Amino acid sequence: MSLDYENDGEFNTKLIEEVLSAYPDKFAKRRKKHLNVAKPTDEVSDEHEGAAVTECDVKSNIKSIPGVMTIRGCAYAGSKGVVWGPIKDMVHISHGPVGCGQYSWSQRRNYYIGKTGIDTFVTMQFTSDFQERDIVFGGDKKLEKIIDEIEVLFPLNNGITIQSECPIGLIGDDIEAVSRKKHKETGKTIVPVRCEGFRGVSQSLGHHLANDAIRDWVFDKKEVEFTSGPYDVNVIGDYNIGGDAWASRILLEELGLRVVGNWSGDATLAEIERAPKAKLNLIHCYRSMNYICRHMEEKYGVAWMEYNFFGPSQIESSLRKIAKHFGPEIEAKAEEVIAKYKPLVDAVKAKYQPRLNGKTVMLYVGGLRPRHVVNAYEDLGMEIVGTGYEFAHNDDYQRTGHYVKSGTLIYDDVTGYELEKFIEGIRPDLVGSGIKEKYPVQKMGIPFRQMHSWDYSGPYHGYDGFAIFARDMDLAINNPVWGLFKAPWKTAA
Amino acid sequence: MAALRQIAFYGKGGIGKSTTSQNTLAALVEMGQKILIVGCDPKADSTRLILNTKLQDTVLHLAAEAGSVEDLEIEDVMKIGYKGIKCTESGGPEPGVGCAGRGVITAINFLEENGAYDDVDYVSYDVLGDVVCGGFAMPIRENKAQEIYIVMSGEMMALYAANNIAKGILKYAHSGGVRLGGLICNERQTDKELELAEALAAKLGTKLIHFVPRDNIVQHAELRRQTVIQYAPDSQQAKEYRILAEKIHANSGKGVIPTPISMEELEEMLLEFGIMKTEEQALAELQAKEAAKAAAAQ
Repeated sequence: MSLDYENDGEFNTKLIEEVLSAYPDKFAKRRKKHLNVAKPTDEVSDEHEGAAVTECDVKSNIKSIPGVMTIRGCAYAGSKGVVWGPIKDMVHISHGPVGCGQYSWSQRRNYYIGKTGIDTFVTMQFTSDFQERDIVFGGDKKLEKIIDEIEVLFPLNNGITIQSECPIGLIGDDIEAVSRKKHKETGKTIVPVRCEGFRGVSQSLGHHLANDAIRDWVFDKKEVEFTSGPYDVNVIGDYNIGGDAWASRILLEELGLRVVGNWSGDATLAEIERAPKAKLNLIHCYRSMNYICRHMEEKYGVAWMEYNFFGPSQIESSLRKIAKHFGPEIEAKAEEVIAKYKPLVDAVKAKYQPRLNGKTVMLYVGGLRPRHVVNAYEDLGMEIVGTGYEFAHNDDYQRTGHYVKSGTLIYDDVTGYELEKFIEGIRPDLVGSGIKEKYPVQKMGIPFRQMHSWDYSGPYHGYDGFAIFARDMDLAINNPVWGLFKAPWKTAA
Repeated sequence: MAALRQIAFYGKGGIGKSTTSQNTLAALVEMGQKILIVGCDPKADSTRLILNTKLQDTVLHLAAEAGSVEDLEIEDVMKIGYKGIKCTESGGPEPGVGCAGRGVITAINFLEENGAYDDVDYVSYDVLGDVVCGGFAMPIRENKAQEIYIVMSGEMMALYAANNIAKGILKYAHSGGVRLGGLICNERQTDKELELAEALAAKLGTKLIHFVPRDNIVQHAELRRQTVIQYAPDSQQAKEYRILAEKIHANSGKGVIPTPISMEELEEMLLEFGIMKTEEQALAELQAKEAAKAAAAQ
């Protein structure tokens, strides 16, 4: 199934040493714990994921060190930008000074269906635009007024969330009291989220706080009229970047399952409310939404399962794993689905493998993709030589061992300097990371794809997404521009 | 005209900062000094005795009504009180909401930028009891107040607070040039109060500027929203405040960088003066008390 190759662990170990040698001793010692080379392991297989092939442990989820560039975001980014923002029929207020909301406006390409400004609000920006007097006298009065105005201007909203920016925590505004009061007046769901940016070490805490807010302010708050069926599933942690969730849903429905909620890309509040009534939670982005899945398992007995819809080999095994949960009838359908898409997969591979075979890739993304996309590249004959996460925890690095080959360079919360040096040292054929990394890498003469936003393309999930993914990687790597990289007057005559 | 002198009164809450400062300033104005009071307390009671009424139009409330401080004129917020003392109050939020510290910063910046400090000899800041955050340290930061006068008494908490304020001054002494002008002891009639105040002053490397005796006439004046200077100009207490005012006036440029002491040192001193008891002493006393109670019950 997957490609058989090994990375040069010895070279990578040396590269780490070389990069660290530029740091002062104390700093080098601290950063060393975040860098590693994947080692072969004979760990016993666990029931969820099968056997890990490598061990990728590094220290993670601790504070970034000031003085170096980190690529991390903040708790507000994790809550507003990731978890809550895509819920389309609610208005999400960036509560505090204008900048946080303004500069994060529409950053993630959470596609949705609906009439923007009428019954959907994802691409709109709502902010309380704090002024000095709101800091001094407290912003709760203004917040009440904003909620009233939203009710008048956008009466079809199904609820409001209050996404706290830093000053809210500093001045101690009681946004919970305002939420309760306005809920009483309007009858609508109003959710205060204490996701002040200074909390925690990265956006990861914001995900957790946002999950907790769903638990505390949405679940069991009203009668949910919903008739559940035997094949009801929630897709958890699919934010519908470029339509990812839609490409995934097609496959789940073809399995005979009913997707009753998609968290939170293209989601409605109703999908969140009824989630505990489903039979199974399917988690794609484990990092950002495992908390609520564990809660639903404990409180409502909803089982959860991780899956991966990047690339045909992972899609196949995920479809089989999901189907197994529902019994032979669905399992048979899984085989039908896999067979149905085989010609598509074969055609994609036939077209792109010859162009991409043996190309090497370095990744540095958020909390899921540094491992989840590995096999998608391998399905095209490409090799992952290095990968790392911005805000992962230990359990993410454990899971990474199921994906990457021995000798792969692993970097946690990598600094701007380290990443640049690693890329220079390895000189991969492609780097997949974010907007801040894109242009420096391209200036180094190395093809690049943004793997947060799919570089304004997508979807990349599902079989349909795989075709687009393969095309995009080919576009990046085999773009004729790379042949023009050297100045003509510098080539030997 | 002599260079502008900026002074500030700090001290534990309820110690009598506002009363002491207003009486002192009333005495200073009698000496022909032109004075501006900047009240830095959300309660806005730093100018009540000078204006003979509570100032309603604080900087921040007017700013909130108008939109922002940029919409205000200096005349809107400056009122003239006893013998021409100019009075302003920062104001601030009601207790429990917002950020009063930020309010102090905003108000002081506004006053300074809008010429409130022109044509005065003294600017006096009267600051909320505890320096709980950066906002309340504003008058001692950034070359604002040059001399801080700590109002204290022989009570344990007042001494703690005085030492803490000295720490705050030390923190900014090297960057901003703020100095400790001295201690002002507002008599509470505790044991060995004068000695204790002098001892603390010595430890902090400063001096006790004045020991203000307790006199009920202060309360009588305060009930009439007046300073003693105004209410009973010939009283002994008025004389005391005039002495204090003269001492402060003569203290120009004599402030020091304080040498705050450690908690242990302070407690040792308190033990020495019998203000604080050792654990053994306290236990023995408690036992004696209980024994007496038991005896009485029998």
